Amino acid sequence: MLNISRVHTFYGHIEALKGIDMEIKQGEIVTLIGANGAGKSTLLMTICGTPRARSGRIVFEGKDIAQLPTYEIMRLGIAQSPEGRRIFPRMTVQENLRMGAITADAQYFEQDLERVFTIFPRLKERAGQRGGTLSGGEQQMLAIARALMSRPRLLLLDEPSLGLAPIIVRQIFSTIKEINRQQGMTVFLVEQNANHALKLAHRGYVMVNGVITLSGTGQELLSNAEVRAAYLEGGH
Amino acid sequence: MTDMTLSAGPKAPSPLVEAAKDAVFAAILVFLLSWLMIGYQTQVLQGQPMSYVTRYSDVLWAVFLIPAGRFLMTLTRFDRTLPAVIGGALGFIYLFIPGVLGVLEVPVYGEFFVTVDPLQPDILPFEQPMVNVIFGIGAFFVLAAGLRARRKKTVGAQTLEVREAAEARQARISKNLSSILGPLLIAVALIIPFTPWGDRKLVDTLILVMTYVMLGWGLNIVVGLAGLLDLGYVAFYAVGAYTYAKLSIDLGLDFWASLPIAGAIAATFGVALGFPVLRLRGDYLAIVTLGFGEIIRIILINWQIFTGGPNGLGNIAKIDFFGIPFERNPKEGELAFHTLFGLDFSPVHRIYFLYYVIIALALVTNFVTIRLRRMPIGRAWEALREDETACRALGINPTNTKLTAFALGAMFAGFAGSFFATRQGFVSPESFTFIESAVILAIVVLGGMGSQVGVALAAILLIGLPEVLRELSLYRMLVFGGVMVLIMLLRPKGLLSFRVPTIQLHGKKALPPTTAGAVK
Ligand SMILES: Nc1ncnc2c1ncn2[C@@H]1O[C@H](COP(=O)(O)OP(=O)(O)OP(=O)(O)O)[C@@H](O)[C@H]1O
Ligand SMILES: [Mg+2]
Repeated sequence: MLNISRVHTFYGHIEALKGIDMEIKQGEIVTLIGANGAGKSTLLMTICGTPRARSGRIVFEGKDIAQLPTYEIMRLGIAQSPEGRRIFPRMTVQENLRMGAITADAQYFEQDLERVFTIFPRLKERAGQRGGTLSGGEQQMLAIARALMSRPRLLLLDEPSLGLAPIIVRQIFSTIKEINRQQGMTVFLVEQNANHALKLAHRGYVMVNGVITLSGTGQELLSNAEVRAAYLEGGH
Repeated sequence: MTDMTLSAGPKAPSPLVEAAKDAVFAAILVFLLSWLMIGYQTQVLQGQPMSYVTRYSDVLWAVFLIPAGRFLMTLTRFDRTLPAVIGGALGFIYLFIPGVLGVLEVPVYGEFFVTVDPLQPDILPFEQPMVNVIFGIGAFFVLAAGLRARRKKTVGAQTLEVREAAEARQARISKNLSSILGPLLIAVALIIPFTPWGDRKLVDTLILVMTYVMLGWGLNIVVGLAGLLDLGYVAFYAVGAYTYAKLSIDLGLDFWASLPIAGAIAATFGVALGFPVLRLRGDYLAIVTLGFGEIIRIILINWQIFTGGPNGLGNIAKIDFFGIPFERNPKEGELAFHTLFGLDFSPVHRIYFLYYVIIALALVTNFVTIRLRRMPIGRAWEALREDETACRALGINPTNTKLTAFALGAMFAGFAGSFFATRQGFVSPESFTFIESAVILAIVVLGGMGSQVGVALAAILLIGLPEVLRELSLYRMLVFGGVMVLIMLLRPKGLLSFRVPTIQLHGKKALPPTTAGAVK
């Protein structure tokens, strides 16, 4: 579904991605783990076109999207819940969701709204509340829900567990799993929370300093000694 | 032990005593410094020995004002902020505005405030207008210090929830006020020509006010909804006015045929300007639009053959009643307005008609704005103002979205411009200076960005008030400045500032228009 090959991305002179190859197949949950500053968010954002890949190919459903403007990429059936959530603070929960659906067919709005409210009942209770006054966990739910409202085939999530209580983290992860199983939505998940993420994912990649150093099924990576030493020991 | 020493120590200083001590000290210092430097001014007159003039009154004023300012500032440190706010505002109004008028030598005001004859007392403390301006700025700082302290006191002490609740309450009040005021204002506006007060002079003033209401609503789309700071809005107003002028003079088109063309051409200008500059953010956009406004004006001045240069274009066709002229003596076999309705001819008919035309145009602007706000494009404008990156990630094309706002705003300015041209019968570059853009922007900001009723109120206040006060000519600008200061003091977010969600829970797709903060 998504094929990334030899992608290099720069911030000025600094090379943040140094030739990334990656594949995400239809219906998979693929997770990317790595230390702070490894370039995970950069890769996720490069898929969306900001920053743009300086070289390499990003092929989504047979179409090279590496040079498309961001807003066109996002209309092809890709949605993201970005780092830092970036919900609209002055708009209500419902308006935020409406914004998520802005490129979708209006006839599905009510139905999709119902769907995300079933996934996140908490948001339904808070439908009229302003986004900026939601708690951190609620904001994260809203960011994911907003991404779902555009009926994407590929969902990109950047650290959905960041700053959340363990119980909410579990809830979010089981939600991701459900969305994937029930609706067959493909998910690309960037995570610090390696243990959870790898258990959930079909396959995973490990990134170090802008390079993919390891890949394999979630189970393989979980039992890999290097991965355990670098990302799992001590924490979980 | 510590408790003992604390309670035995000197009592906490009383704010008044502290501030007074400080002020007395400042007064002595100012006196010592200014006595010789300001009090005596050497003067060398031709063929006479060097002499001096005394300026004791200036010294006394300085010895009073500077410590007074310090006194008020000191009080703010003890949470006594109100004196600083009031004193600062009064000082600012009293010193700054007339001072500026004096510096600019604005004829009437200048002479009034700054008499040339030193024996003639004038109302300003200092002889040199510039000194008054400087002291006025000082007063502004006192005011600002007071306001900042107030904000800190009220906002800093509150939790987020309390602040949210207070804001929500404010918003609710504004909203309710708007839903009452909106229809009321429209009703009053519609019947006023038929009331005993509705004489020609009032209706003339109201036409002017309504023109600015319309311009304010138009600019509100750009600034209030899309959040694009446009300092050159008057350019599109000018384009509309000159388009109608040319169409009328050269092609003989009447107002109604020209209106859509003028709107379209102004919108085209909006797109042409917007396309290259809308990538810029905030301040940069403001500067470029400011420049664009000036460019248009300079072209109007210099393109003699086409625009008539500084003299402008005259003999623009006056408005007609959908093809039927308002004329005393219509051409043979043709109708005129008064013959059609069997009335006696009166020049007032056209004025009244103009009045209703501008009301209709303004209401169309308002209606379109309200509708758009609930459509995807309107939502995109608002979202863009909050977070452009997030919008892009949702599939919104920021450039096109902003361009739409810009073009729409320009189109309404174009309509208003045509109206202006047909009303005046004459256009010249003088009518389209930067100050016009500034006034329109002030209306939007003072009204409460995005609030339709607020904008209307601000236009009435800022345009209507000076017109009504023309008899008090001397104090007119003083009141104008005072009103601006007051609004910013009392309602820093604008007269009626609130935001109503564009959607509510299920079933109701959109709110009924009464609560949409807009004139129905
Ligand atoms: N806008 C930017 N300008 C310059 N450098 C940037 C920018 N964004 C990221 N970087 C740099 O690129 C590198 C990769 O950053 P990135 O945000 O992709 O890391 P990450 O893997 O997502 O880290 P984290 O887990 O902390 O979110 C870092 O060294 C970072 O400093
Ligand atoms: Mg990151």
